[in-house]
Amino acid sequence: MINWFFHHRFYIARRMTQTLILLAYFGSNYFGWNTIVGNLSTALVFGTIPLSDPFSTLQMFFAGAVITVDIMMGVGVVVFFYSVIGGRFFCSWVCPINIVTETATWVRNILPFNTVDVCSPLPQSTRTWMIIISFVLSYIFSLAAYEMINPIGIAHRGIIFGFGMGWVLLLAIFLFDLFSQEYAWCGHICPVGKFNALLGKYSLIKVVHDKDKCVNSLECFKACPEVQILNMVGHKSATITGSSCLKCARCIEVCETGAFEFSVVGITKQLRDDK
Amino acid sequence: METPNTTKRRNFLLKVIHGVGYYAFGTVAWGVYLKQSQANSDVLRPPGALSEADFVKTCIRCGICVEVCPYDALKLSKITDHVSLGTPFYEPRKDPCQMCIDIPCASSCPTRALELKNLIRDDVLSINNAKMGLALINTQTCLAYLGLQCTLCFQACPLTGDAISLFKERNTRTDMHAFLKPVVHPDVCTGCGMREHACPTTYPSIFVKPLSSISGDIGSHYIVGWEKQDESRARESAGDSNMKKTPRNEKSALDNVNDVDGILEGLYD
Repeated sequence: MINWFFHHRFYIARRMTQTLILLAYFGSNYFGWNTIVGNLSTALVFGTIPLSDPFSTLQMFFAGAVITVDIMMGVGVVVFFYSVIGGRFFCSWVCPINIVTETATWVRNILPFNTVDVCSPLPQSTRTWMIIISFVLSYIFSLAAYEMINPIGIAHRGIIFGFGMGWVLLLAIFLFDLFSQEYAWCGHICPVGKFNALLGKYSLIKVVHDKDKCVNSLECFKACPEVQILNMVGHKSATITGSSCLKCARCIEVCETGAFEFSVVGITKQLRDDK
Repeated sequence: METPNTTKRRNFLLKVIHGVGYYAFGTVAWGVYLKQSQANSDVLRPPGALSEADFVKTCIRCGICVEVCPYDALKLSKITDHVSLGTPFYEPRKDPCQMCIDIPCASSCPTRALELKNLIRDDVLSINNAKMGLALINTQTCLAYLGLQCTLCFQACPLTGDAISLFKERNTRTDMHAFLKPVVHPDVCTGCGMREHACPTTYPSIFVKPLSSISGDIGSHYIVGWEKQDESRARESAGDSNMKKTPRNEKSALDNVNDVDGILEGLYD
């Protein structure tokens, strides 16, 4: 039992963080706490620190809206955090959709869907195209295009302000991730994650791989949602510099020999490891 | 002829075509949805809101205005609401705007989609300057217009006497009673919806509509001669050299009107 907790220590920590953040948002609206008023697009922490989502702000900019100083400051704070801690920390430690998609993946792994090797229709480059199309459509329709369909926003607003029929979209994403392909939404479509990844490409907190401890069990490959970033595993001790690393720490949990760990890595070492 | 190079090229081209197919379909479907969720002229926005088209693009959908609204009158639209997704609005029949004097919604907006400047008139910032909508009366179902005694809207209005007044009229049906007809003054009415909320008829006989969907526009081709500015506009345009010359406007406009002989001769038929 203790072993189970040890092997899911980051998983439990992430779920607790996600729940606590949601609770803080929910309580701010429902009970009137002054913790974090707003939602994931823009919020005010303790009535002083502004936070704004850089991706939706950029869409607003392309839509032709005037960006106020309040929003710019919020974007500044978020970009600073992303570039220090890592952009996709958001995905695995904050985003409410992550709970849905990881649950779908968990069910998918119980069911025999992954044993049949069918072609995956969605390439990972789709999310880059989603960013570009979002900006183009924002410009054409004078409206933050992705925010109109963003399941993160819909889910988050739903939890804070009441869902309506919004839960149907969550069900759709659950089924999409369960049946179509592995990590279909987060790994292939969601432009928010990709955008945050680009912001946090050279963030200071990284997962580091130690070749000498690796026994080639390939457990990390089974656990990692973005396997392309694990290309050095087993033959080179290096920092995992791939921008799409979620810092979900699944690799750290599943590795029996402790070949992965979180570490603070300077940019020069990251650039050296990148080669 | 099948060299590895041509298959490579063929594969590449096929891949591009595949991609174009998927993305074209996705983008068009997305675009159609966006077109639907653009400005909707039939929704009531919080005080100080920008024009609907500007509001929809400037609002970052954070919901802070909804959270600070002390009466929970503001709601954030859900996917089934027929209002641009995630934007604040209110439904006066259920929860009218309570016209807080400190305007918490507009003063907390981080994007200025709710602009306090829109609430300033004559250097005074007041919620009473809000133009969220305008109350309209259906005189066929309004109890007062039918001759019954009902002054609920008159009593509910926060600016009663200024934004709404009672117009007394003899009731010729009974010849012994008076109508007390409510009349809305559009220059003062803020559109808060308190009257719609108070109206006792099954479906409200006084109801608020956003200004953009009902306000008329006199246009530039009519001159209101008793106002100095408009009169001078008339004088300026009289000397407009671009105007086409016809027998009627050869002379000055004033001469034309006074040319009784010409009119009698049928010169201008």
